[in-house]
Amino acid sequence: MGNPHLLVHEKEDTVGVVVVEELKAGTDMLCVVTHDNSSFNLQSKMDVPIGHKIALVDIKAGDTIWKYGQDIGKAIADIKQGEHVHVHNVKTKRW
Amino acid sequence: MDQATANSNLKFMGWRRENGRVGVRNHVVILPLDDLSNAACEAVANNIKGTLALPHAYGRLQFGEDLELHFRTLIGIGSNPNVAAVVVIGIEDGWTQRVVEGIAKTGKPVTGFGIEGTGDIMTIAKASRVAKDYLQWASEQKREECPISDLWVSTKCGESDTTTGLSSCPTVGNMYDKLIPQGIYGCFGETSEITGAEHLAKERAISPEVGEKWYKMWKAYQDDVIEAHKTNDLSDSQPTKGNIAGGLTTIEEKALGNLEKIGRDCRYIDALEPAETPAKGPGLYFMDSSSAAAECVTLMAAGGYVVHTFPTGQGNVIGNPIVPVIKITGNPKTVRTMSEHVDVDVSGILRRDMTISEAGDALIEMIVRTANGRLTAAEALGHREFVMTKLYRSA
Repeated sequence: MGNPHLLVHEKEDTVGVVVVEELKAGTDMLCVVTHDNSSFNLQSKMDVPIGHKIALVDIKAGDTIWKYGQDIGKAIADIKQGEHVHVHNVKTKRW
Repeated sequence: MDQATANSNLKFMGWRRENGRVGVRNHVVILPLDDLSNAACEAVANNIKGTLALPHAYGRLQFGEDLELHFRTLIGIGSNPNVAAVVVIGIEDGWTQRVVEGIAKTGKPVTGFGIEGTGDIMTIAKASRVAKDYLQWASEQKREECPISDLWVSTKCGESDTTTGLSSCPTVGNMYDKLIPQGIYGCFGETSEITGAEHLAKERAISPEVGEKWYKMWKAYQDDVIEAHKTNDLSDSQPTKGNIAGGLTTIEEKALGNLEKIGRDCRYIDALEPAETPAKGPGLYFMDSSSAAAECVTLMAAGGYVVHTFPTGQGNVIGNPIVPVIKITGNPKTVRTMSEHVDVDVSGILRRDMTISEAGDALIEMIVRTANGRLTAAEALGHREFVMTKLYRSA
């Protein structure tokens, strides 16, 4: 297995983290779930910086975002699979 | 030999102090009681090369719990086994002596000087003579071989991003999972940065009672500080601008990554007040503390911790004057652009060519080398951030 483009903490997560620099839109990403070392492929729809998140599934505004198998906030816009997930489309439920 | 046996045989060379605690540095500290005494302390440290002044901003007209924290922090810093001897200088004798008496309980050499009625110049002269004697005495103290169980190792992360939760924080967690069973003292904190993972943190206590004590500390910060003082919400502060640039979106996401530092198996055995010294024996402790790096590391140093492990993603540069701060990063961009700040590179975890356990072993090796005297990146670069935590406005 080559070096992954995207790491996902848990199987039930709806986002993964870009772990390579200068990821371009249209990349056929190797995605690895760190919990069990399973892998899958997914196409990026945007240029996304290292450390930033990409949606693994289509997400609707209001949906909970799952990472670490935990609730990390809610979508405030619809997000398509393969798109950048960050402060422009996700907000905390805390403050 | 398997890894657990290897870890149980780990040794380091440290200075065993009068009270039995072991330090990994041998500083003679010139400690100001208050802001007014910084100038005299810095003059003494300038006269006597190799001593260390710790200027800070507070110590006048504080009261109540805030004043108690001020004394606990200064006494704790002076008592830390990385400090061989202390000269305390304050504007007046009363509070100066309170700090001296607190530090003297460790049995180490300590003398105080009040400036009022003497003036800066004569105080500096008298304090310099004592500082010179202490420095020469300290220079002849010898390191001795100590078991790993004599080591107190704290942790706090900073300029976190999503790579810290994937790599550098679990590296620290793996180190604790391996060394806490060997009898070390551990410490994590950052009260507000557990928001979003408080349900998980509460469950990691050794007992429901300790979990409840922890939860009350966390809730008190939410209610008494955030709710009382917020102007809109905390989105501009938590996550920080640096966190957001690094890809962290919400406080919940940040907190879940943060909590990776306590590993899979460890349970914390007590929840400490800021700068409180652990008193329940070896094990992992939580300390109620700010998530601002310099404040948090200073409080843990005051609690008696002698080595600090600091995971960073975007590249926090913090150090501490008396405690070596070991930086760990898994972000390959930070390794490339800020290599002079990095002590342990775990970016192989993101490439999947290094396991968390291998990274934990690399950190343990660096902790032992640091304890033996290797200067950290922060020490070599002169980072000496000493920041007192203040609870509220002075009278």
